[in-house]
Amino acid sequence: MSIENKTEFILEMRGLCVDGYSNEGWMPILKGIDLTLRRGEILGLIGESGAGKSTLGAAAMGYVRDGTRFASGSVNFDGIELTIASEAKKNTLRGARIAYVAQSAAASFNPAHKLIDQHCEAPLQHRLRTKTAAQKDAIQLYEQLRLPNPKEIGFRYPHQVSGGQLQRAMTAMAMSCRPDLLIFDEPTTALDVTTQIDVLSAIRDIVRVYNTAAIYITHDLAVVAQMADRIKVLLRGKEIEEAPTRNMLLSPQEEYTKSLWAVRSFKSPSKPAPKEDEKPLVSLHNIHASYNKNDKIVDDVSFEIFKGMTVAVVGESGSGKSTIARVMTGLLPPDQGNVRRMDKRLPLHYKSRSREQLRQIQMIYQMADTALNPKIPVCEIIGRPAEFYSGLQGAELKGRVEELLELIELDPAEYYNRRPSELSGGQKQRIGIARALAADPEIIICDEITSALDQLVAEGILRLLDSLQRELNMTYMFITHDLATVRAIADFIVVMKDGKVIEKGTKEEVLSPPHHSYTELLLSSVPEMDPDWLSDLLKQRG
Amino acid sequence: MGDITFLILKRLGFGLMTLLIVSIIIFFAVELLPGDIAETVLGQAATAETVEAFRNKIGLNRPAFVRYFEWLSGAVTGDFGVSLVTDNPVGTAIAERLSNTLFLATYAAVIAVPVAIFLGILVALLRNTIFDRLTNIATLASISSPEFFVAYILIIYLSVKTGLFPPIANLSGNMSFPELLNRTFLPALTLVLVTTAHMMRMTRAAIINLLAEPYIEMARMKGVSRWKVIVRHTLPNAWAPIITVVALNMAYLITGVVLVEVVFVYPGIGQLLVDAVSKRDFPIVQACCLIFAATFILLNLAADVGAILSNPRLRNPK
Repeated sequence: MSIENKTEFILEMRGLCVDGYSNEGWMPILKGIDLTLRRGEILGLIGESGAGKSTLGAAAMGYVRDGTRFASGSVNFDGIELTIASEAKKNTLRGARIAYVAQSAAASFNPAHKLIDQHCEAPLQHRLRTKTAAQKDAIQLYEQLRLPNPKEIGFRYPHQVSGGQLQRAMTAMAMSCRPDLLIFDEPTTALDVTTQIDVLSAIRDIVRVYNTAAIYITHDLAVVAQMADRIKVLLRGKEIEEAPTRNMLLSPQEEYTKSLWAVRSFKSPSKPAPKEDEKPLVSLHNIHASYNKNDKIVDDVSFEIFKGMTVAVVGESGSGKSTIARVMTGLLPPDQGNVRRMDKRLPLHYKSRSREQLRQIQMIYQMADTALNPKIPVCEIIGRPAEFYSGLQGAELKGRVEELLELIELDPAEYYNRRPSELSGGQKQRIGIARALAADPEIIICDEITSALDQLVAEGILRLLDSLQRELNMTYMFITHDLATVRAIADFIVVMKDGKVIEKGTKEEVLSPPHHSYTELLLSSVPEMDPDWLSDLLKQRG
Repeated sequence: MGDITFLILKRLGFGLMTLLIVSIIIFFAVELLPGDIAETVLGQAATAETVEAFRNKIGLNRPAFVRYFEWLSGAVTGDFGVSLVTDNPVGTAIAERLSNTLFLATYAAVIAVPVAIFLGILVALLRNTIFDRLTNIATLASISSPEFFVAYILIIYLSVKTGLFPPIANLSGNMSFPELLNRTFLPALTLVLVTTAHMMRMTRAAIINLLAEPYIEMARMKGVSRWKVIVRHTLPNAWAPIITVVALNMAYLITGVVLVEVVFVYPGIGQLLVDAVSKRDFPIVQACCLIFAATFILLNLAADVGAILSNPRLRNPK
């Protein structure tokens, strides 16, 4: 490449528009984005789902996914116009000079090949290194990214390596040709908070060592605050504002940005503690549970849930928190222990429970998309449990469904006959809530119900659940890995790790010092909106 | 590797059990055939005494389940009894025919499987192009036409009009191997034409099914060429359904070729079975059916094992 072609910017987008194909024809996804990136600079891209962040990240590689196309504008990478470059030309850049780190490392590594073979593919393809040199380099990068056993880990298959390690191995793979530009597409979203810290610090260090420019895409403000020099906020394919990270955090200019910043402020007012002699509504006694006998998932778990209260069960993936829900609902009978309601034992298997007992415990699921049958209209989704448990028919049933829709703040006239495919993510989750309420339950188990939602939408769901609780004196068991959610809504907290209860108590007891060491680790690992948070924390932890 | 060995042994156990059940069904289904076996075999002219003597000779007067166990214990040791028509051992009668059929099946498979998989990869790569559509139409047309029709068309164009290959595949003991291949080319080609489409379409579908996977996008983002994306990143994860369809087609090549054998006068096991049925030579019928069943079970077992071995998670446990 001749020197005249080089511009000040490694990447420059002007008025970029990308269209996506849908039922209504070609619709704009990106509506005129301007973006510049200097060598060695990190730009944070933030926005809710549907903002076009991922499309923008892919466009920076001259890549449009199936069903999308460049409509107008330009993407200029180091003097090369990517919107008109041939596939062959772009293939010489991809992997070599621009590399991509995807959201789910587990899904983005090919299950059929060893990590190191996938790592060496790009250097070999682009004829930058011999196979031996590429392998040696891979091991060096694994070391730099602080992977355990750097000499050996590359010779494993993806399923033999944990999620956090895979994410670092993918960053190593992206670095294999020492690209000028890296695209990170939500690289830590699928990870637990404690793992996230390792990955974030490893990514930050390697990008600095090689002075690589990067676009860091995320919906998590606190994360982007640690990583980016500048932040750009996107909403529905348009830029809202852009500023250096510190300015953006201190004084966001636009209303929308301010609303994003304010999300974490919701806190449910505390409730009066249960009386001394009050019987718990539901209690678990020394539960041991497993999916196969040799592999214990839940190990001697006991706790109580009082009427009108919210108990949050907190833990990282694999801590056994969802298994607790399966035990309570009778889907998975425990190996030992029992579940009681008002101090009376419930049958362990759901098939042995009476219809009345089944009605009392209802569930809301994480993925509203898969938990609602896409072929069935809203009125039937909600009407079915109302009919099944309360025997309502005809006009009475219709009245009940409309009442429930009003409770979840959706207009019955508009939503009564809709199908799930005609609803947004937040609306689907509201239908999930209405379906649980339709049974008129005593307790609702909420299994990670906000983790698939954008922060603003999630906050709306939490506010709704809180007001329903006050109105109907509802009881919740809230399963989550997100401590912000716990702070917002919990009255009691149960902290779990490796199937055991580490700590339990009221919110005040658990969240104020002194903490149990694991609770401390969890709490301190939640990213904060301070750009120095990660550096300070790493210094503290040594 | 312990897990895989266990899985394979389990499948093998299930296979044997299926074979046992099939043997019961075959034996008693033959029993249920209408008409008296002895009378049919001996013909209209037989006297009551000869019929009775014949019944005693082949044991028809004893209870069916006793005869079943005798037959089964014989079959396990490879002794399928003697033909009612020729008095020759069933084993020797079948052995030659079976080896002919296996030869033809292998001949067809050696051509059809690589061609089908290669074409499948090619149409997956060029999906939704004219080439993809034309290949689909051509292979669908060949699979939709009856085999005897395909066979006669081939005879007309490759034999009668051009004289390239002999129209009749009669075998003699002292043929050289190239001559054998030449003489059996038309039946083999017929079988290739009727089996390729199925395997090719499954290869195409299995590959396209995986193209939306994030690791395929990742490969593209690394600048890997389209051809390598398919061959290196998609195919290794697509083997399981492809292997299953290949195995099913192999089974068809052995058990379903009677029409082709008749058209080309090829001395295979299909013809033997049809002859035996019309003559009520039930030891041969039973032996053929049992061999067919065993073929299906074995090939399905092979497909299962192949699918297991193609899964890196099972091949390399944690």
